[in-house]
Amino acid sequence: MPEHTFRLNGEQVTVDVADDVRLLWVLRDVLGVTGPKYGCGISVCQACVSHVNGKAVTPCTVPVGDLDASDEVTTIEGLPDTVGEELHPMQEAWLEQDVSQCGYCQPGQIMAAVALVRRSAEEGRDITDDDLDGIRNICRCGTYLRIREAIRAGAAHM
Amino acid sequence: MSTDGEAPVSEPGGHVVGRRRFFGYVLAGATLVTAAGPIPATAAWAEEAQNESLSGSVDLNDVMTLAARPTSNLIKVEVHEDSTVSFALPRAETGQGITTSTAMLIAEELDVPVSQVRVTLADARPELVFNQLTGASNTTISTYTPVRTAAAIARRRLLEAAADEFGADLDDLVLREGVISDGSGHSAQIGSLVEKAASENTEEVSVDLKTSEDFSVIGEPQNRIDAVEAVTGRKKFTLDLDVDDALPTMVCRAPTINGTPESVVNTDEVLQMPGVTDVATISTGVAVRAETFGQCIDAVRALEVSWEPGSVDGLSDEDVLQELQEAELPMVPAPPGSSTVDETFTFYFRNNSALEPNCAIADVRSDSAEIWSGLKAPIVARGAIAEKIGLRPSAVTVHVPESGGSFGRKLFFDAAVEAAEASKEIGKPVKLMWHRADDTRQGRTQPMATSRVRISHDGDRVLRYDQRHTSVATDLSHGFGDVVTAMAAEIPGLDGTFAQVFFQLSQARSYDFGHESRLLNEVNRGFNTGSMRNVYSPNVVCARELMVDRLAQELDRDPYEFRRELLTDERARAALDRVAEVGEWGREMPSDTAQGIAFMHEYKSECAVLAEIDCRQETIDREVRDGVTGPRVTKVVLAVDVGLAVNPRGLEAQMQGCVMDGIALAMTSSLHLEDGHFLEASWDNYFYTRQWNTPPEIEVVIMPASGEPGGAGELGVAPVKAAVACAYGRAVGAMPTSFPINHGDLSFEPRPNVPPVPEPPSDGLDNAE
Ligand code: FES
Ligand code: FES
Repeated sequence: MPEHTFRLNGEQVTVDVADDVRLLWVLRDVLGVTGPKYGCGISVCQACVSHVNGKAVTPCTVPVGDLDASDEVTTIEGLPDTVGEELHPMQEAWLEQDVSQCGYCQPGQIMAAVALVRRSAEEGRDITDDDLDGIRNICRCGTYLRIREAIRAGAAHM
Repeated sequence: MSTDGEAPVSEPGGHVVGRRRFFGYVLAGATLVTAAGPIPATAAWAEEAQNESLSGSVDLNDVMTLAARPTSNLIKVEVHEDSTVSFALPRAETGQGITTSTAMLIAEELDVPVSQVRVTLADARPELVFNQLTGASNTTISTYTPVRTAAAIARRRLLEAAADEFGADLDDLVLREGVISDGSGHSAQIGSLVEKAASENTEEVSVDLKTSEDFSVIGEPQNRIDAVEAVTGRKKFTLDLDVDDALPTMVCRAPTINGTPESVVNTDEVLQMPGVTDVATISTGVAVRAETFGQCIDAVRALEVSWEPGSVDGLSDEDVLQELQEAELPMVPAPPGSSTVDETFTFYFRNNSALEPNCAIADVRSDSAEIWSGLKAPIVARGAIAEKIGLRPSAVTVHVPESGGSFGRKLFFDAAVEAAEASKEIGKPVKLMWHRADDTRQGRTQPMATSRVRISHDGDRVLRYDQRHTSVATDLSHGFGDVVTAMAAEIPGLDGTFAQVFFQLSQARSYDFGHESRLLNEVNRGFNTGSMRNVYSPNVVCARELMVDRLAQELDRDPYEFRRELLTDERARAALDRVAEVGEWGREMPSDTAQGIAFMHEYKSECAVLAEIDCRQETIDREVRDGVTGPRVTKVVLAVDVGLAVNPRGLEAQMQGCVMDGIALAMTSSLHLEDGHFLEASWDNYFYTRQWNTPPEIEVVIMPASGEPGGAGELGVAPVKAAVACAYGRAVGAMPTSFPINHGDLSFEPRPNVPPVPEPPSDGLDNAE
C-alpha cells in the first residue's frame, strides 16, 4: 500500500493507505484524530473543516494522495498550538459566549471561523454581516446567533 | 409556593412528607451514597388529576413524571474522597444541557461548586422501568425533586460526620463551596468526611429542601460544564469511541423507502476492494465493513444489489395528500346562528436528522452483546436489540455516549439494532454509520399531515374551536407508548386509540375558545416516522394561530389585542404582553415587511413570540450558492415562562435553537416524496436554517420565576413557526396554507438514488479558503 507523509498538528506523520482515501477518514479511522466530524461527506455541512497550510478545507473531499510531505494539516486538536496557548482566542470566545449545545458541529465551526477572520485580516477589513451570512457550516442545534457573537469577539483577540 | 403553616405542597417528582420535607436513603457502602425516597403513585398530583379532564391540565409530562416516580429512589448521588460529587443521569444528553442543569441542582443542595459535580450518562438500567426516557422536555420536571433530595441527604450526612469529627454542634457548622467549618478553627473538605458519613446499612432519613428564596445556584446563568470538551474536539460521540476491532461499517440501501435486499450480484468483487473486510446481507440492506469509512462508501457505491419493493413504492406527495384528505374526521355542525372561519393546512414531510448521523457500535458474541449508541430510550432499545439477535435482554449491555443532537431522532434505535444485526452476521465488532444520504432518505421523518381548523363565533365571542388533524402515522413505539399504556389505569379518561390519547395528552388548551374539540386521525404506516422536537404542536399550533389571525382580521381586531382577550391565565398574558412591548408590536413597517405574533401553552410553560419578516423582492432574490434564501426573518422576540429556569443561560440557548427550527419549518425545510423515495439527499437539498436565514436580531426574555420547572427543550418551535407564518401572511397579504412555504419549488437538482450514496468530491484542496 502506498505511504503518505504530511504534517499533522505540528508533527510529521506517515500513513499506509490508498491514495484516494479522503483525509477525513485518514484522520479519524487511521490516526484516531476525531475532532473533525462527519456530517455529509460531500463538502456541504462543514462539520469536518480543518486547515491545510492555514486555509480552511473540508477533509472529506481531500484525497490523502494530494498532500505533500510539507503540507501542514491543522485540526481542532492542533489549533491552540498555532498560537502557543492552552486555547485559541476563538475557542475562548466560544466558551465566553457558551456557544455549544450538542457540540457536534463546533470543531468545524471554530476552524471555519478562524480561517474567515484570517482571510478578512489579510484583506485588511473587519468581519461584516455578509461574511457571517456566508458561513456555510450547519448547526442543527441552531447555535447560529451565539456563533456570530463569538466570531466577532474572537476576531478582536486574534 | 407554600409558606410556613400552610398545607403540604406537591412538587413534580416529589413525595411530600412535611412542609418542604422529603425522605430518602443513605445507602449501605464504603463511601457516601444517597438516594431520594420512592414516590408512591398515589401522590398528591395523581389525586388532583382525578378531577381534571384529559385535555385540561393533565398533560403528557404529568404522565411521564408519574411513571418515573416509583423508581426515583434508584437514582444515586455519590460523594468521593477527592470532594467531587458524581451522579449517573438516567437520561440522554443530546445538546439540551441537562447534565449542566442537573449538576446545578446538586451543587445547590449540597453547597459545592458546580465544577465539583460530575454528571455522567447511565448505561441502560432496566430496573428504572419508565425512568430512563428522555423526551417531551420532561427531564428537569421529573428529576427536579429526587436529585435535590439525594443531594440534601448527602449534605446532612456530611455535616453530621463533621460535627462528630470536630466535636462541634451541628448548628454551628457551615458548609460552603465544598468545605465544612465550625467557626472555631476546624474545617474540612467534604471528601475527607465521606468514609465517616457512609453507612453500613441502608438508612431511611428525611431532609428539608431549600426554598427558592435561598437558591444561589438554581436560577443563575451557568455556562455548560462540557463546553471545554466541545470546543477542543475532545468531547467523544459514539463514532469517536475506540472499541477494539470495531471497524467502520456502512449499509448499502434500497432506492425506495424500506426496500429490502433480494440478492447481491458482486460480493466477491467488492470483497477485493481496498480496505474491505466483510460484506453481509442484513434485513435493511447490505452491510460493508472496511478499514475506513471512505472505503465503506466506495464499496457501497460498487455493490450491485437487486431489491425487493419498499413499503410505499409508487407514492408521491400528491398521493399521500389525497389519502389524508379522504381520512379527515368529520366536523360537528357549527352552533346555530354562528359564523365560522374554516381552513385546511398542509404540512409536508420533514426530516428529523441531527447533525450526528444515525450510528452505533456493536460487539455481538454468541452469548452476549455490548452496544454503544446515543439513545434516549435505552431500556426499550435493549429489548429490541436482544430480540433482533436472539439473546436474552440481560445478556445485552447498552452504553449511552453523548449524542450529537436528537430532535426526536434518538428516541429510536434504528442504527443500534442494525449494528447489532451486522455484528452478528459478520461475526466481528462494527462501528456502524449511516451516510447522510441514507439519514435523509431512509431516516425518520416528521410525518406529512393536514390540519383543518374551524372557529365558530358570534361577533367577537368565540363559541367553539374545532380542529381535525390528519397525519401519516407517527411511530411512538420507543417508550412513550409503554409509559402511556402503563399509566392508563391510573388516569381517568385515558381511552380511545393510543395515538388519540397521546395526541390529547400532548395538546394543551391555550385560549379560552368556549368549547374545544381536537381530534387526530392517522393513515399509512409505511413511512419511517417519529417526533421532531415535539410531535404534533408545530403543525397544530401553526394552523391554530393562523386562524386566530384570520378571525381577528374578519372582526377587524388587532391580532395581539384579540389574543390577549382570549387568554385567561395571568402568566400567559404576561408573556404575550412582554413580546408585544419588547418587539414594539404595531410599529410602522415598510411595505412587504410585517410582524406576526403567536402564543402557546404547553407542559406547564408559556411561550409568546413576535417575529418580523422581510418579503421584499431584493431580499427574496439574494443569491447564495447551493442554498435557498427567500424571505428573511429579520427579528424574533420570544418570551418564555417555564415556571423556574434552573439555568437561564441554557434556556436562552434552547430557545434560540427553537427559533432556527421554527423558521426552517415555516419557510424552507421539507422532503419531497416522489415515486416511493425522498428526493433530498443532503443538507444542500434539505434546507435547515443556515446563517443566511438567521435573524440578525433575536431576543429571548425569560419571565420571572413563577413556580417549579416546566418543560423547555422544544417549547419555542411551534410558536416561532406560527409567528413567522403569521408575519409572512401579513407581509404578502395572503395567509399561507401549505408548509414549508417554499415546498412548491424544488430548489435543487436531485441526486441519483442508485447507488444510494453520492460520490465524494476530490477537489478539496482547490477550494481551500
Ligand atoms: S463531512 Fe465534510 S463537509 Fe460535511
Ligand atoms: S451544537 Fe449541535 S449541531 Fe451545532
